[in-house]
Amino acid sequence: MPFIDLKNDLPGIRSAMAFRPETAEPLSALAEILLRDDEGLSRAERELIGTYVSYLNDCFYCHHSHGEIACIYLDGDRQVVDQVRKDFTKADISPKLKALLHVAGKVQRSGKAVTAEDIQLAKDTGASDRDIHDTVLIAAAFCMYNRYVDGLGTYAPTDMSSYPLRAMQIVENGYGSHIFKKPQPGAAK
Amino acid sequence: MAHIQVPEGIPGIRSLVMFRPETGKYLYELAQVLLRSLSSLSEGDRELIAAYVSGRNNCHFCMSSHAAAARCLFGDESAVVDQTLKDIETANISSKMKSLLNIAGKVQIMGTEVKQGDVDLARMEGATDREIHDTVLIAATFSMFNRYVDGLASFTPEDPDTYAEMGKRMASQGYVLPGNSN
Repeated sequence: MPFIDLKNDLPGIRSAMAFRPETAEPLSALAEILLRDDEGLSRAERELIGTYVSYLNDCFYCHHSHGEIACIYLDGDRQVVDQVRKDFTKADISPKLKALLHVAGKVQRSGKAVTAEDIQLAKDTGASDRDIHDTVLIAAAFCMYNRYVDGLGTYAPTDMSSYPLRAMQIVENGYGSHIFKKPQPGAAK
Repeated sequence: MAHIQVPEGIPGIRSLVMFRPETGKYLYELAQVLLRSLSSLSEGDRELIAAYVSGRNNCHFCMSSHAAAARCLFGDESAVVDQTLKDIETANISSKMKSLLNIAGKVQIMGTEVKQGDVDLARMEGATDREIHDTVLIAATFSMFNRYVDGLASFTPEDPDTYAEMGKRMASQGYVLPGNSN
């Protein structure tokens, strides 16, 4: 049960966004550009960073939601997503993404934890300034989204079959107000 | 020096949003709606929550600039800003504000730290659901801004006068995306 009366029974961030559409607008627009920009990092890489940070923040709703979105972009390769959560150093991903996940993990702890060496390591694997910028901001943004979702005690569905349905909705239509205004995928009509 | 090539001599988040205005636009919009739009929480109270969370995250740039904005907005009562940053319990602020800062402090640690009891306490002190929502989101948002500013090692001025100037601008003009000419 959410800690306050959100006046809807939507899952996770959707219920907080429906409660306060004025803040939902920039929150959605930020997610859209950070997670679906095709320049530099791929959509799969962006979602994996979001999944990893959400997992570190112990945000059940976010790490499962974004893990499923990443899984779709990876043609169903759930093993890579699980590896990134548990030990990305062993995952079948590029050295560049490993270096960026290392930076993201530091950001999750504190902005100050990121060192010049962490950044140099990422640059040595071919990461551009823009890739590093986006990685830091994705990690920072998930430190916000995760706190928003859990800090209000929003409802996290335990029916895991509902996560891929919502993930497909995001893959097809992106982030935006449709996620709380339109009927939920898989919900009874 | 910042970790990436942002405009030189520009402090904090301004240098980062000038590097990437596409994301900066929404970061500033979010700050504007959370800290300046019509709300039953005063602009000073909201800046105080922002400064408090930034202080707990050791983000000198955000703490100093939002504390400066809060001092401007509190005017004659600006002493409450430094009292609050030092110790919530002894600060000359309402019990409601103390209960909201308690929630903000929990959010700063981790979302899952907030318990129903923390929220019930704030409600007992007269906080509305909307005020509790906004407190949680302000605290969460500054947990992002602080990491963004320090994670990229953006320029952090040391001179208190620089922050006093920034605070004045933030209090009077709100959050406007800086143009490339700034």
